Amino acid sequence: MNSKQKEVLTGPILNNNPIALQILGICSALAVTTKMETALVMSIAVTLVTACSNAAVASIRLQIPSSIRIIVQMTVIASLVILVDQFLKAFAFGISKQLSVFVGLIITNCIVMGRAEGFAMKNEPGISFLDGIGNGLGYSAVLMLVAFFRELLGSGSLFGFQILKLSRDGGWYDANGLMLLPPSAFFIIGITIWILRTLKTDQMEEA
Amino acid sequence: MLEHYLSLFIKCLFIENLALAFFLGMCTFLAVSKNVKTAMGLGIAVVVIQTITVPVNNIIFQHLLKKGALAWAGYPNVDLTFVGLICYIGVIAAMVQILEMTLDRYFPALYNSLGIFLPLITVNCAILGGTLFMVERDYNFPESCVFGFGSGVGWALAIVALAGVREKLKYSDVPPGLRGLGITFITVGLMAMAFMAFSGIQL
Repeated sequence: MNSKQKEVLTGPILNNNPIALQILGICSALAVTTKMETALVMSIAVTLVTACSNAAVASIRLQIPSSIRIIVQMTVIASLVILVDQFLKAFAFGISKQLSVFVGLIITNCIVMGRAEGFAMKNEPGISFLDGIGNGLGYSAVLMLVAFFRELLGSGSLFGFQILKLSRDGGWYDANGLMLLPPSAFFIIGITIWILRTLKTDQMEEA
Repeated sequence: MLEHYLSLFIKCLFIENLALAFFLGMCTFLAVSKNVKTAMGLGIAVVVIQTITVPVNNIIFQHLLKKGALAWAGYPNVDLTFVGLICYIGVIAAMVQILEMTLDRYFPALYNSLGIFLPLITVNCAILGGTLFMVERDYNFPESCVFGFGSGVGWALAIVALAGVREKLKYSDVPPGLRGLGITFITVGLMAMAFMAFSGIQL
């Protein structure tokens, strides 16, 4: 693996994170982070879809007329998402029910579309695939971080295993109900961005 | 009967607000809320598209894709729900395109003020999300009209309110690392908390 491939794969995780820096793909992400389990499934799904759609779009990029490229990319992405959706319904029905509409919403996840348009249209299939994986991982990292705090503080468990014993079962920890509700996700991401930008000052914005 | 629709309208407007309770359309929500005027333009575009696409997709779902829906054509056992996603996104893309051409031809002033936001709506998850919620909850046609309009207005309300807050926020002294995106997230979180005060309201 040469240095360019490495950069493409690992850059999006910290230096150029799609969620924290590029504000992409927050849409379908936050509602699935109340539990680590759903967040993990969602991360895998998005990573696979991004990587495969990048590779597919890159391999036909020279044949796509530029005036209809958006609709071509849309069709490729939508087909991949249907595959993921059907797969989840067949092998993990419970999780598929919990994710509800958010699997379908991967289609409009800006990361997938953004990478197809911004990277895959100009690069070879192999490197585009790696770029898809890298951006998927960057997205996954934020998703898992948010889910970690929300599940630990909100229900005292991780992946469904009880870590902090809840007071209603005779333990010491009072579950923080706010963590299971939508606003907490915004606070956690806001604070994550704050920490990330304090460490990497070049990412700061002129407000 | 009317009460049922009114209750649904209030529900999707405040209690189940697409932006603040389901995080839909977040990318545009955060990117295009720097000033009230553009936020208003985008909000109106979303209301219009949402009011058209949700009922249209409802017709497609109820009469073509749903299990047993093709009985009128002599195929009572066909279940086409799996191609749903590709149909809905196609309808949305087509509707956006048609609306864009219509506005360009008949209302050039409005077209110019919406500018880049119209095509961007295709990839706004609030639109596709609205359709998917309609399918999941199995709304009938009148319900889907009310839901489409209500959820669109709810989203518009949220983005205009956020833009108002951000305009005032320009004058405050935010810690450097939190400027821009960070503080916006926290503001949205506080707004979502305020909107949660509506939860549990039953009409």
